[in-house]
Amino acid sequence: MATNTQEIPALLDVRDVSKAFGTVQVLRSVSLKVSRGEVVTVIGPSGSGKTTLLRCVNFLESYDSGSIRIDGKEVGFREGGSRQRRGERDLAAMRAETGMVFQSFNLFPHLTAAGNIMLGLTKVRGKSTAEARSIAEHWLGRVGLGHKADSLPAELSGGQQQRVGIARAVAMEPKILLLDEITSALDPELVGEVLEVVRGLAQDGMTMVMVTHEMAFARDASSRIVFMADGGVSAIGPPRDILAAETDNERLRSFLARFRASHF
Amino acid sequence: MGYALNFNLIWRHFDKLWGGLLLSLELAVISIAIGIVIGLVLAVWYVSAGRMVRGIIAAYVEFIRNVPLILLVYLVFYGLPTVADLAYSAQTSFIATLSLYSGAYLVEVFRSGLEAVPRGQMDAGRAIGLTPWQRLLHVRLPTMLRITLPALSNTFISLFKDTSIASVISVPELTYGAQWINFNTFRIVEVYLVTTAMYLFTGYIMLFSLRLLERRFRAAR
Repeated sequence: MATNTQEIPALLDVRDVSKAFGTVQVLRSVSLKVSRGEVVTVIGPSGSGKTTLLRCVNFLESYDSGSIRIDGKEVGFREGGSRQRRGERDLAAMRAETGMVFQSFNLFPHLTAAGNIMLGLTKVRGKSTAEARSIAEHWLGRVGLGHKADSLPAELSGGQQQRVGIARAVAMEPKILLLDEITSALDPELVGEVLEVVRGLAQDGMTMVMVTHEMAFARDASSRIVFMADGGVSAIGPPRDILAAETDNERLRSFLARFRASHF
Repeated sequence: MGYALNFNLIWRHFDKLWGGLLLSLELAVISIAIGIVIGLVLAVWYVSAGRMVRGIIAAYVEFIRNVPLILLVYLVFYGLPTVADLAYSAQTSFIATLSLYSGAYLVEVFRSGLEAVPRGQMDAGRAIGLTPWQRLLHVRLPTMLRITLPALSNTFISLFKDTSIASVISVPELTYGAQWINFNTFRIVEVYLVTTAMYLFTGYIMLFSLRLLERRFRAAR
């Protein structure tokens, strides 16, 4: 099929990535291309490898075979196919090009909201404290927390912490943003405010790969949905195809049926 | 019940106790400072090292923790100069001993603190592109400090009290001062009452200030 994602060189190019934890095969030859400005959501039952895939993209996890390229550059291994792991400084520099938002927020507890955002800007991007502070304030404003710049994470609600987490990731101006079940740890009434921020980023053209259980969000906000099962990509396509009730993909159909039964 | 308390002789020689207390504090501060350096370096090394280094560090910790401090003090002060051609003052010898001793206890405190830092925070540090050293310095150590502060307070106060062992090699710290007054005045009850009060009071001041620090940090948990 000649879709336009194949004509433009992909920003993220995952090819045949496989990974095992001991005897458990968590990723089975996963391939996925994401173009600039695309929002791709990844759905699937727990244990299907969604989170591991995201963690491989910024090399928080290594993988056994295959390759992952961002903007043409191999992420975790040196160029030339030797599968020689990049040095730690090199890896750090590569990771700075991808932003990540975590299910459990993972804010630095000893730093204020602004401090959390400023750490990467000053230490990785080499910006002055004043410059970093103004960038932090800009992004906190964007996520609706301009008044919370000097609050510590412990003083913020879950939804607010997660919005700081998003601001921390995007302030680094990453090429791609990885979102790992970012609303799963939130009380239901706080989910909306976080998804609203993500929606805004999507409208700004931020490239995103988002693992989520929010089907309505996946349907409305993503350009494509990836359905993962048993460590492999079981289905991929535009939301209306993937979420169609009459899909002939057995696994997808039963996942959606179970999902609908428990969520609607 | 014919014993009448008389503190006059104690006050006359109070400079022995006061000077002793200052020296006790000095011994504690220097030894703890060196111990912190030993503890931090070894703890950081331990959590990132292979089995052999871990084994060596664990052996050091176990050795120190299973030998009474007073024996270590004797070994370093009387034993070392005998087998090696070394000469040092009792005070230096005690500081060296208490440093090694506090180092071993602090390795354990720091190591468990480092291991208690949630993985997610390290992941977050990696995700924004911090190098391993930056993650250690800006993410892991600050969080570790907050986790370990209560245990640290207890260890510091313990170590302060342990300076009394220096009296066995005639370092003129607080307990030695008390013994001196006792030998010279025979006012055993009075002198040890006053000395106990001085240890207690100093310990409480230390505890109180460390608790204040903990409270300041707790907000950041």
